[in-house]
Amino acid sequence: MASRRAWIIWCSFALAGSGYLGSTLLGQDKTVYVPGTTSDGHYQIELRCDTCHAYAFGGGPVLQKRCLTCHGEELQRIQDSHPRRVFIDPRNADRIADVDASQCISCHKEHRPEMDRGMGVTLPVDFCFYCHEDIAEDRLSHRDVPFDTCADAGCHNFHDNSGLYEAFLVKNAEAPDTLDIAKVPKRNAAEVRRMVNKRPLRRLTRDDHDAPRYLDVEEQIILDWEETAHAKSEVNCMDCHQVAGITNEWRDNPEFKACNTCHKMEVSGYIQGKHGMRLALELSPMTPAQARLPMKKKNRDNAMGCTSCHRSHRFDTVDAAVKACLKCHDDQHSKAYKASLHFDLWRKENEGEGETGRGVSCATCHLPREVRRHRGKDIVRVQHNQNGNLRPNETMIRDVCLRCHGLSFSLDALADESLIRNNFKGGPARHVKSIDWAVARAKNAQRDKERQRVK
Amino acid sequence: MSQSIVRMIGLSVALGMLISLGFGCTTEQGSTMHLKRMADSLYAVMAADRKIYSKLVVNRLVNEEAVIKASEHWRDDRALPLPAQMFRMAAEEAMDSGANFAYSLLSLWPINPQNKPRTDMEKTGLKYLMDNPGKNYYGEESLGGRRYFTALYPDVAVADACVDCHNDHKDSPKSDFEIGDTMGGVIIRIPM
Repeated sequence: MASRRAWIIWCSFALAGSGYLGSTLLGQDKTVYVPGTTSDGHYQIELRCDTCHAYAFGGGPVLQKRCLTCHGEELQRIQDSHPRRVFIDPRNADRIADVDASQCISCHKEHRPEMDRGMGVTLPVDFCFYCHEDIAEDRLSHRDVPFDTCADAGCHNFHDNSGLYEAFLVKNAEAPDTLDIAKVPKRNAAEVRRMVNKRPLRRLTRDDHDAPRYLDVEEQIILDWEETAHAKSEVNCMDCHQVAGITNEWRDNPEFKACNTCHKMEVSGYIQGKHGMRLALELSPMTPAQARLPMKKKNRDNAMGCTSCHRSHRFDTVDAAVKACLKCHDDQHSKAYKASLHFDLWRKENEGEGETGRGVSCATCHLPREVRRHRGKDIVRVQHNQNGNLRPNETMIRDVCLRCHGLSFSLDALADESLIRNNFKGGPARHVKSIDWAVARAKNAQRDKERQRVK
Repeated sequence: MSQSIVRMIGLSVALGMLISLGFGCTTEQGSTMHLKRMADSLYAVMAADRKIYSKLVVNRLVNEEAVIKASEHWRDDRALPLPAQMFRMAAEEAMDSGANFAYSLLSLWPINPQNKPRTDMEKTGLKYLMDNPGKNYYGEESLGGRRYFTALYPDVAVADACVDCHNDHKDSPKSDFEIGDTMGGVIIRIPM
């Protein structure tokens, strides 16, 4: 009798448990299935398990494919210095037996917060050893340098070595702390639009707006629009609010897909970045409440989208570059910005006291302007994916710091954590030896070559 | 009667074994010959592409027309990739796109130490190329639990640009290369 009762109780619990797990699996909130804290880079989308785990029983190759679906383009853009193709050469078979560097998840294990080294992704500490164990034979400077310091700020970056490779260090060794021509490149989206358009673009005025008359649009909205680059480039109300292929009827609040019709590069970056990655997976928009960084309480529930920073109809890029950020961000670095020399330059530029392009806003560093060459012309756009310019911070060197500063100063500043916290008020208190070592090695090699020639 | 049956069976088994052994050897030899021909053909394509790129692109635009430079840091310098870099990038691209063979450039005096010989076959093969100018080296090796037919072909300095770059480069361990010297080798591996 007791045994029968035990069976009934066990079956009831098993059924209730299965029912609960089954219903959560089919529902929106799958938190119960997350096996551990997800990394800073993925936690926003952790409840869309299928983004990485394409199939319930998908193993390494499936995960690898999914990693590259989101990160492949960025790895190409930064010219990944350790691409997969290097490791699949059979001559490296013994090396990948130790650490299979041809697979992202060999180093970047998800749901393992204890392996996070403060970079937003998990990382082993001394993986360089397996291929570069004899580095000190070739570079005496590295003789007493432990392998768990290779990736320290200003030294090496496994994927993006574009600002740290030896010849680059030597070439930029003598640059002054601040360059004489320090300024950011001017955005030229409107100019490019004019260039590719088959006919000259007309500047629209308030009388040209094509919003349906039954809407009774506020006059201020029309006046705001008239002042924008949109009106100057013949972009009318219907071009955003009723976009063919996206919505066939008028929408008061068009979503990012409408912006994407003209701003493909910007939107593509945005939905890969921390602000917009949830939108790309059709999740609800990111809000400051979901952030892991300190955010201002009063704006915790603001839904992120293009217009949350760019403010619809005015699309004021000056506002979007500082005010929009400080409306939410409340960490020490953000709070210190307005006391920095960077902000002073920004203020002067916008008050007409300083030269155009010399001001440094939040966006100047964290959503930097990228220059791409197309048919011999520079196309300057804002990269809205901040992941490529955030951590590790030496990824900012090429597209951000070197616009205005010398390489040595930049490396030192990025290695000084207290200087970063106070938003670069003052000079770096640390010195990274990379350039000194590279220059000394180049001089020694040159001397050896000359000796060899004399012999 | 039963004794003769046993003898006949024994004879048949022995004959069968001999035939299959002979056939196996022939098949194995044929297979190796086939792999050798395949490696030679692949090398012919690689060598032709490299020669054309060096001669009609780099030499013409850099030395004759002087309209662009060729540089090791070609992206930053907005220049042409060096012929050896072009070769290496194509090798990596081919492997990445799933080609059922692998190839690379190796040397006893590489600018990048990662291109030194690592496996026994690479060491033996490169030494053979140095000791026997103009000859190729063929063999078999096991890497990562897989058997490969491996072929090495001499990489000879054919232009001043090859010699000057390797002699002058700060990371090159040798600075007395001359035209006609074997500077290294092209290695091709085909899974067996």
